[in-house]
Amino acid sequence: MTWTELQTSLGGDGYVASDDLAVALQLALSLGRPLLLEGAAGVGKTEVARALATTQDAKLIRLQCYEGLDASQAIYEWNYQRQLLTIRAAAEDGETGKSVEARIFSRDFLLERPLLAAITQDTPPVLLIDEIDRADEEFEAYLLEILSDFQVSIPELGTITATSRPIVILTSNGTRDLSDALRRRCLYTYVDYPDRATELAILKARCPEVEAQLAEQIIGFVQTLRKEELEKVPGIAEMLDFAAALMGLGIADLTSSPDVLQSTLTTLLKTQSDQAQITRDVAARIAGKAA
Amino acid sequence: MSRVTKFASRDPGPTARVVGFVAHLRENGLRLGVGEAELALRGLAQTRAVTHQDCRRTLRAICTGCKDEIERFDALFDAYWLDAGRVKQKVIPKPQTPINDSVHSNRDRAEQDAQSGLSGSATAPDDGQGEADGDGTGKLIATMQRQLSRQDLRDLVRPEDIAAAEKVALRLGAALRDQRSRRRIAACKGDRLHFRKTIRRSLATGGEPLHLLRKRRPDRQRKIVALCDVSGSMSLYAQVFLAFLAGLMRADKDADAYLFHTRLVRITEALRDKDTMRAIGRMSMMADGFGGGSKIGPSLQRFADTYAKRFVDGRSVVMILSDGYDTSPPEELSKALQKLKKRGCTIIWLNPLKGWKDYAPIASGMAAALPWLDLFQPANTLADLASLEKELAAL
Repeated sequence: MTWTELQTSLGGDGYVASDDLAVALQLALSLGRPLLLEGAAGVGKTEVARALATTQDAKLIRLQCYEGLDASQAIYEWNYQRQLLTIRAAAEDGETGKSVEARIFSRDFLLERPLLAAITQDTPPVLLIDEIDRADEEFEAYLLEILSDFQVSIPELGTITATSRPIVILTSNGTRDLSDALRRRCLYTYVDYPDRATELAILKARCPEVEAQLAEQIIGFVQTLRKEELEKVPGIAEMLDFAAALMGLGIADLTSSPDVLQSTLTTLLKTQSDQAQITRDVAARIAGKAA
Repeated sequence: MSRVTKFASRDPGPTARVVGFVAHLRENGLRLGVGEAELALRGLAQTRAVTHQDCRRTLRAICTGCKDEIERFDALFDAYWLDAGRVKQKVIPKPQTPINDSVHSNRDRAEQDAQSGLSGSATAPDDGQGEADGDGTGKLIATMQRQLSRQDLRDLVRPEDIAAAEKVALRLGAALRDQRSRRRIAACKGDRLHFRKTIRRSLATGGEPLHLLRKRRPDRQRKIVALCDVSGSMSLYAQVFLAFLAGLMRADKDADAYLFHTRLVRITEALRDKDTMRAIGRMSMMADGFGGGSKIGPSLQRFADTYAKRFVDGRSVVMILSDGYDTSPPEELSKALQKLKKRGCTIIWLNPLKGWKDYAPIASGMAAALPWLDLFQPANTLADLASLEKELAAL
């Protein structure tokens, strides 16, 4: 598959990928390397994995990172309760210690967490490691072992090697610098806010019922709004919410009613100071420009 | 774009060229190993890159690792592959960031002024057009007017200074912040076992403590509140202090910053702007009256009455950057500091003049302030600020 074909098939699933991103995804697929996506919140980084899973007809396994994420949450954990019950039951049956031990440390008692689950599938899944910058550095080191060898060592069981190599997508919001070692192992793409034409295509793909003129206005409005000095710049999801809100209210022209426009801005502006900054007049002015 | 580099005829082929390109990137500071060259070749084969745009995209995905590198990649790519036609020993000069030792001088500003022709030189009078007298006798006249001339602070503060100040501010912030609480709270990676929680959790497993829960001493954040004097007498030091404020704001997201001369302005929001120069620009818009008179007492009084109620508590460190030359009565300053002190904060006064030989705090304002200060230190360069680390840690 060439990258243009990939781009088209992603487009068929409602994800409009830029040329850069499409090439990077195609490389990630063909070279079997993880792909690291960076960019502001709300530019569709997570959505890439979802769309890729649909086009590749693969299962999506998601690991959401957070501070303090550890191996037992990310890789595997023994099912302690079940082990305990088994030990109690075995004691009553008079089973020997050795055989109980062999039994309770088997695959049946292993709880697979996303990383282990991803390498033990029959068909290659898409593994999404979301917001890797939130996890701490020790976890990053763990991840490196898995991303380079695709195997997990469990002391009681031995090493589990991958039955299928997952397509790995990592996303980061840049709250913390990632280690060079991790960056080196990954392909890299910076995802920016889409340009006017791309965003219009996204809106058309996601909300086909929006009329062409209103769609132009919505995109013009959101693109201008992004240039204002806002604390939280509205992303693509916010733009889609905004469009949905306008559709729900049955508005055909942004400039027609400043009051309604102002009330729908709750879908775009998510902090108090942003809402105070974009007053009714400012919103009307931006809408007038976009029309 | 037909200006594709013509390689020498003894060039052994595309593989060598790609390897050469990776070496070219490496020389320009991208961190690439041998593996990347191999990966780049495989990648080019996989994407069946025929146009140079495809090659560019492929190599960009493989060879870059962060946003900064992506921004530089295009220029490096053009330099190697789309050169005017020779094999060139790829040298892209990196922008040098000069380190300015004399940060406490206002030489740059004088130069800028001279270039823009706004004022005469410092030693010679103006050429008869202005108000200056040729004979050198002049007199100081008082004016009731506020100094409203706007000075663009962007002339004063440069991004390099801010970058340096940011490092200092980070270290100072860390020195101040490292205050451990005596209590312990539950935490994933604590140093002690949290017995109560462990026993509660063990109920689920029939009294066997399988899950060991932990606790640790939490860090108690201390908040830095910086007040910077930008009156006329301080303009010599403004460059250092403003850079420090800008750096502090970037390094510490809880910090708070104010400017004062005859009035008090909160510049926290302006300095939080992601774009450094825009932040300084916004600050200079707010700081009209820069380089004018100083009313330290009333400004601090106003701070104590308004902002301090919201932002200053027992965990705050109030850092005042001023020379203590005040035009209002010293009692006002004393009263303002007393009020501030009642909020339980630590007050640090950094005085650029204290570094002078034989300096004694005899300026009436300074003398009135002394009893309320937890720390009184000299500071007129970034290095001085950096050396405060130890004193601050001891507070």
